[in-house]
Amino acid sequence: MAVLEVKDLVVNYGLIQAIKGISFEIEEGELVALIGANGAGKTTILHTITGLIQPKAGTIIYNGQDITKIPGYKIVSLGMSHVPEGRRVFANLTVMENLKMGAYTRKDKKEIEETLKTVFEHFPRLEERKNQAAGTLSGGEQQMLAMGRALMSKPKMLLLDEPSMGLSPLMVKEVFSIIDYCHKEGITILLVEQNAKMALNYADRAYVLETGNITLSGDAKDILNNDQVKKAYLGV
Amino acid sequence: MDFITHLINGISLGSVYAIIALGYTMVYGIAKMLNFAHGDVIMVGSYIIFLLMSNVGVPAIPAVIISIIVCTTLGIVIEKIAYKPLRRATSLAVLITAIGVSYFLQNSSLLLFGSDPKVFSSVVNLPSIKLANGMINISSTTIVTVVVCILIMIALTLFIKKTKAGQAMLAVSEDKDAASLMGINANATISLTFAIGSGLAAIAGALFCSAYPSLSPYTGAMPGIKAFTAAVFGGIGSIPGALLGGILLGVIEILGRAYISSQLSDAIVFAVLIIVLLVRPTGILGKKLHEKV
Repeated sequence: MAVLEVKDLVVNYGLIQAIKGISFEIEEGELVALIGANGAGKTTILHTITGLIQPKAGTIIYNGQDITKIPGYKIVSLGMSHVPEGRRVFANLTVMENLKMGAYTRKDKKEIEETLKTVFEHFPRLEERKNQAAGTLSGGEQQMLAMGRALMSKPKMLLLDEPSMGLSPLMVKEVFSIIDYCHKEGITILLVEQNAKMALNYADRAYVLETGNITLSGDAKDILNNDQVKKAYLGV
Repeated sequence: MDFITHLINGISLGSVYAIIALGYTMVYGIAKMLNFAHGDVIMVGSYIIFLLMSNVGVPAIPAVIISIIVCTTLGIVIEKIAYKPLRRATSLAVLITAIGVSYFLQNSSLLLFGSDPKVFSSVVNLPSIKLANGMINISSTTIVTVVVCILIMIALTLFIKKTKAGQAMLAVSEDKDAASLMGINANATISLTFAIGSGLAAIAGALFCSAYPSLSPYTGAMPGIKAFTAAVFGGIGSIPGALLGGILLGVIEILGRAYISSQLSDAIVFAVLIIVLLVRPTGILGKKLHEKV
């Protein structure tokens, strides 16, 4: 059964229709990539799923529950965590305070400590800088923090928006190795990426989005070898 | 010796400004709006204390507590009715609404309580303190005001640092959407901020009217504007800034009145504000603006 099911989703920005009735679904434990050019509507889809934007029409079903109209702040306690585009860490708070914020909805202090340990294992640099203001971190470190913060809620599903944007090639590799680890841990992942090659290499399946419509979908390997995709997104 | 008396009175008046400025600065930090009706909440709170003490005969402390409860509720209601529908509106629309709420409160009070000033009896009934062989005479209201201000600052700092609700306030003030992704109810957090700010306004009203006992529907306007000035002076959005700005403003006002001119004291206060803003546009403790393009 699909964990996340998006049906006939329509989202407007003022008078402009940003998402023109798309449908897709994600199975439990899958890593699904959503690729497409700038302005195709990838971020809009993620924002709509986590309730930052209200859709004009369509439904979003998560674990059998209709979450289309649920206020955004209730989504994380359903086990879905969203790492937004541009990291959006709390710049004036310390690394530690940011991570604690990720566990805001959890009450089990002991288990939070354990999650914190796991996060520090995977992001040792965050532990070194735990008392530093998040705004003073490098872009790569901020991405690590944004992901660590999302993991602090112990999510069953992760939405990642452009995690590799603006990072050095080395950092991109590191970010993807973390994504791979989360995938292997059984977390369902919806990954939005402009770095299509990298995303398709790690994903199980993918959807290609063009100006608000899904134009192609299938196994990531097949899409990676699709001539049209090669031309448009992989620059081959 | 006169200088020391003036200085202490300045710090005391400044403490009232600081308590009011907290309301401006917290609401600005979290809701990114200037709540110009904040000063009038002070006036409403003072009328409640006045009515309870003079007409009903309630003792001072319970009267202040009831006033805090009423003002807290008033703050939440104002936010719900007037500002919440404008969450996504332009800041100019919100500003004009705030001025509208301010006039609404002033004129409702005019209707209910009349225009003639009432004599407010002090909520602090302790003997005054004499220092240096009676050369310095400080009223108990002055001392209580400073002490209350310090206590509020400590409590507020602890609240923000140590409680979940306080941390949620910090998160919402930095990034409302990201806070929502963490599971923080931004609307509830904004309501809480208005509640705290308005509760503090009630305390400020009690202290202000105890020192300056003439109460009219316009009583809140001037301290409101001065406290707003103090918040900008110290750096709007910053809690230590509100304290520093408030105290400095109070001291400048009292010393200006004593040594330069009693008529010019307000002009001096605002002149200092203009000079500070020319040198440091974000105020003394204000953060550098890094607005997203």
